[in-house]
Amino acid sequence: MKFRDPGAVVPGWPRPTEGTWTEHYCDLGTEPISFEDSVSAEFYELEREAIFKRAWLNVGRIEDLPRRGSYFTKEISIARASVVVARGLDDEIRAFHNICRHRGNKLVWDEEPRAETAGFCRQFMCKYHGWRYDLEGALVFIQQEEEFFGVNKDEYGLAPVHCEVWNGFVFVNLDAEPRQTLREFLGPMVTALDGYPFGALTERYDFVADNNSNWKLFADAFQEYYHVPALHPQQIPSAVRSPEMAIECAHFQLDGPHRLVTTGGQRRWDLPPEYMYPIERTTRSGLVGPWETPDLGPLPSGLNPGGVEPWGITNLQIFPNLEILVYGGWYLLYRYWPTSPATHRFEASLGFHPARTARERIEHEVAAVVFKEFALQDAGTLGGTQAALQTGVVDRFPLNDQEILVRHFHKVVGEWVGTYRAHRSEARA
Amino acid sequence: MSALLPTEFSELEAFAPTWCLATETERFERRQASSMAELQRFYDAFSPRLDEAIEYCNRHPLDDMPEEVERLLQLVYSLVMIAMAVEIFAQPKTVDAADAVIRRVREPRP
Repeated sequence: MKFRDPGAVVPGWPRPTEGTWTEHYCDLGTEPISFEDSVSAEFYELEREAIFKRAWLNVGRIEDLPRRGSYFTKEISIARASVVVARGLDDEIRAFHNICRHRGNKLVWDEEPRAETAGFCRQFMCKYHGWRYDLEGALVFIQQEEEFFGVNKDEYGLAPVHCEVWNGFVFVNLDAEPRQTLREFLGPMVTALDGYPFGALTERYDFVADNNSNWKLFADAFQEYYHVPALHPQQIPSAVRSPEMAIECAHFQLDGPHRLVTTGGQRRWDLPPEYMYPIERTTRSGLVGPWETPDLGPLPSGLNPGGVEPWGITNLQIFPNLEILVYGGWYLLYRYWPTSPATHRFEASLGFHPARTARERIEHEVAAVVFKEFALQDAGTLGGTQAALQTGVVDRFPLNDQEILVRHFHKVVGEWVGTYRAHRSEARA
Repeated sequence: MSALLPTEFSELEAFAPTWCLATETERFERRQASSMAELQRFYDAFSPRLDEAIEYCNRHPLDDMPEEVERLLQLVYSLVMIAMAVEIFAQPKTVDAADAVIRRVREPRP
């Protein structure tokens, strides 16, 4: 992003010929929008079916399944689903509904049936009556099989969930028959990052939070930078902080239900030293990660579709609930899992190349610590947004051009829900 | 009592039992439970030698660190953690975090 001192004559980033990004994507409109979609229990019920049982959902990375027999479970509360994802003996990654075909017990769990788990095994054994399934989902053992009445094991394999992998990201789709393949769903803007070496960035720092806000409101805070000077003033040391600091992103792009924003401008570490905190100067890392960018080889041009120079961050918003932020040589990933109209589970991951030295490990640690500090500010504040919106007093909110992705997100959510409603009423008629 | 840290950093021994913590969760909680005066004392004592401590740790491979060096590395992580309070927020707790909690559930060791 570019920080502009309102008093200084600094040219902004070029905008489309229409003058604004929002008018460039003309079907977005420029009217104030409603956030009823983030407080209504009825809307939440519609999102269950219209979005979370239709869209491809990212549940992890292939590094989370490092070898044959590795598995993890994923609770998708809004879809009322629990999914087991496993790497088979043939190295294929498959997903199944986490339910035993005998009496419906939850098949894979550790100490607490509602908590997610991960591990390594050759077979899944039900804790209830000992039925066993292999990593391909086939039922391979029935306790006292002779007591049953002609149960054919071939008919009682685990219920499969559609599962596909894009560039190491494992996605599932809970629809009976997905309307699009994963690649079709992701579209050209996202798959332009096909060659990005996420698989080399395996030093992970994972975070989980249960936040008091609708999943979309929280995603909104991470798809615009307009809030940064007000909510995160401490990102700039107080000695050089200006209360009227303006912020402008370099490039916005929309593709189907997905969004992208790129920031650019002078890199933090190239600014005068007073623009950094002492801990950043000593560790040579901080708010935007390590100053030293590892050589990851050639990077796909899709990483910077706006050709922004100097490039800062590419922030990809993959519908519905995944965000990938690519920094110089590392990435941050967020997932927003709805748990009720007013709450969601937030997952975040930072991925770096494996530290070769203590200094590199410390650089990564600094980035992970700073990330959490500022995410806590978002999490704290968005609880207040949720509470205020729930009063229902105001429901017309103006968005500026820097907030174009917020406008697009709520519009797409509305469209998916609208399509589902239309099909449902057709089916009833 | 035997030394926890390399002898070159013996003047920091007093902080070692409190701040040599293996996980971010422990470091974050210790920061929240400390007073600004305590954080400032640790910061003032260690930050002038931070660069030296990083260089010292850097001389050892991450996957084969002597225990006292690993503890020094943990002390560096703790300094990073409390620098957020001392340099940025001027309080142990993140400003405007309200009741939010974010748990780190996976991290490399050390």
